[in-house]
Amino acid sequence: MSKYIFKRVLLMIPTLIGAGVLVFFLMRLIPGDVCELRFAGTGLYVDQAQIDTCRSNLGIDRPMFVQFADFMIGFFTFNFGDSMWTGKPILFEIGLRFELSLQVAIMATFVAVIIAIPLGAISAIKQDTWLDYAVRTFAIAGIAIPSFWLGIMIILGLLIVTQQVTGIPWMPPIDYKPIWVDPAHNIAQLIWPAVATGYRYSAVATRMTRSALLEVLREDYIRTARAKGLIEKIVINRHALKNAMLPVVTIIGIEFAFLMGGLVVTEQVFNLNGIGKLFIESVQNHDYAMTEALVMLVVLIFVVTNFIIDLCYAWLDPRIRYS
Amino acid sequence: MAIVNEASLEAQLEELEEKTPWFVAAKTMARKQPVGVAGLIIVLLMVFASIFAPILTPFHPEFNSFENMLTPPNATYLMGTDQFGRDIFTRIIYGAQTALFVGFSAATIGAFAGLVLGVASAYFGGTFDLVLQRVMDVFMAFPLIILALAVVATLGAGTENVIIAITIPFIPQCARVVRSNALAIREIPYVDAARALGFGHMRIILRHMAPNVMAPFLILFSAFVGQAILLEASLSYLGMGVQEPTPAWGLMLQGGAEEYAESAPWVAIWPGIAISLAVFGFNLFGDAVRDTLDPRLRSR
Repeated sequence: MSKYIFKRVLLMIPTLIGAGVLVFFLMRLIPGDVCELRFAGTGLYVDQAQIDTCRSNLGIDRPMFVQFADFMIGFFTFNFGDSMWTGKPILFEIGLRFELSLQVAIMATFVAVIIAIPLGAISAIKQDTWLDYAVRTFAIAGIAIPSFWLGIMIILGLLIVTQQVTGIPWMPPIDYKPIWVDPAHNIAQLIWPAVATGYRYSAVATRMTRSALLEVLREDYIRTARAKGLIEKIVINRHALKNAMLPVVTIIGIEFAFLMGGLVVTEQVFNLNGIGKLFIESVQNHDYAMTEALVMLVVLIFVVTNFIIDLCYAWLDPRIRYS
Repeated sequence: MAIVNEASLEAQLEELEEKTPWFVAAKTMARKQPVGVAGLIIVLLMVFASIFAPILTPFHPEFNSFENMLTPPNATYLMGTDQFGRDIFTRIIYGAQTALFVGFSAATIGAFAGLVLGVASAYFGGTFDLVLQRVMDVFMAFPLIILALAVVATLGAGTENVIIAITIPFIPQCARVVRSNALAIREIPYVDAARALGFGHMRIILRHMAPNVMAPFLILFSAFVGQAILLEASLSYLGMGVQEPTPAWGLMLQGGAEEYAESAPWVAIWPGIAISLAVFGFNLFGDAVRDTLDPRLRSR
């Protein structure tokens, strides 16, 4: 097992370097750099010397491969340098926002699991009934409805409902307070983006639960369980559902890694100052260093999550043993 | 000479049996997949709307009627007007053109590039396969929208660039699936026969192998169109996709929609319904295509 873990960790390195190459050179292809943009914003006349100074301060006048080596060393030592836009350390900027995004991501996962597993199970057990069709339609709608629009609709719904009920329209709070400082305020703000993102997330998981359970229900050991007179509830809960969880866990894990991407739009709608919003801003400001760091962070989360999923496999399914 | 395994023989047999004319296949599909047909109807409605857009609406999508800004829906303005006095119904209809154009271009280019790369990867094998698969791994480690945003950041916004940005993440997805199917095809003797006849690699890949991985290809293709429409809407919403004044659904939700959500909810509601319905239609249709083409799922 330990040999497998070691091998698996080693295999992450080429993916990370590849992602680094891709994002680094993609960013360098952008016409116009952060210095030009910064001076263009002032609207004043700037001479070339000023731009050159700015470039040499940021180190973007050095040869490409030197910059790239610098970037990769920085990544593997977790030292990303400073933001080219705000001048503050990148890890500090990310640290400010990471908590919020992580909390929304975890809450969205909870929302998704709470919706997906019961619905998926019902849909499989009642296969081809109206209930099954209703659940499947609900799930496909989850994939089709853009989460940013769902977010707008949630805000609109809240405004209208609170206006009707209390007479005063209520909106989720805009300022962020950590959950241990003011839990009610925190939940009131973050539950809505979590629902908007979680619904979409649940759609994929519902479909996976349904098809995995359908497959398991056709297995011989389910027939055996029924034949020995077990009540259906125990057959489903103990024998079927547990064995159907393997692909569901995979999809939940993979989607969790991609949740960081989904947050890009949701944070925009709810005006949350999280990682996603920081990403959009850094792309718009041509802040190479920040964009690169954020992309690498997302890729790192993805690679590590995949690794954890693989380990979960062995734990969930005793038939799988890595050597 | 490659060893023919049972699975590939079965696949060949099945192919021989399944030479029914397309309309018979369509009829069977309509009976077995009522939900898929519902999806197809939505898709056809969209195509119809975008072709006959000038007949369906008296307005021009970029026409501003400044005395009628944020008018609620009425007989003239079926879905109301936006903050620039443009008819929302008209922009939804013309938006279908943009959505279909982006959706089909991105899906077609992405899926075909993926098809060729996937089959080539399986056909050549060895180092070429290994290197290509590692490159694909790298691309697949990026969330779709992050990669698309990075590409848009490089190329700049605008319809054509959005298509490129959406296409790039599709290629590895398609290549991966096609490759695993093509690996089985490579073992079937007709590939050896083609090689023995002295055909070039390109001909074998395109004429002999690619047509035999059409089932997974079509499944992916129909899924891609829906995904592309959704992705284009997201990018446009973020202001990094299709640019004003081109009518696009995602763009219609940007800026105005949130600001006027309370006083003029119709600005936010209709474009969202249009996006959802379109993606919903393509997904339903895609699912039906998958159920019809994938023999393992047929009995379910």
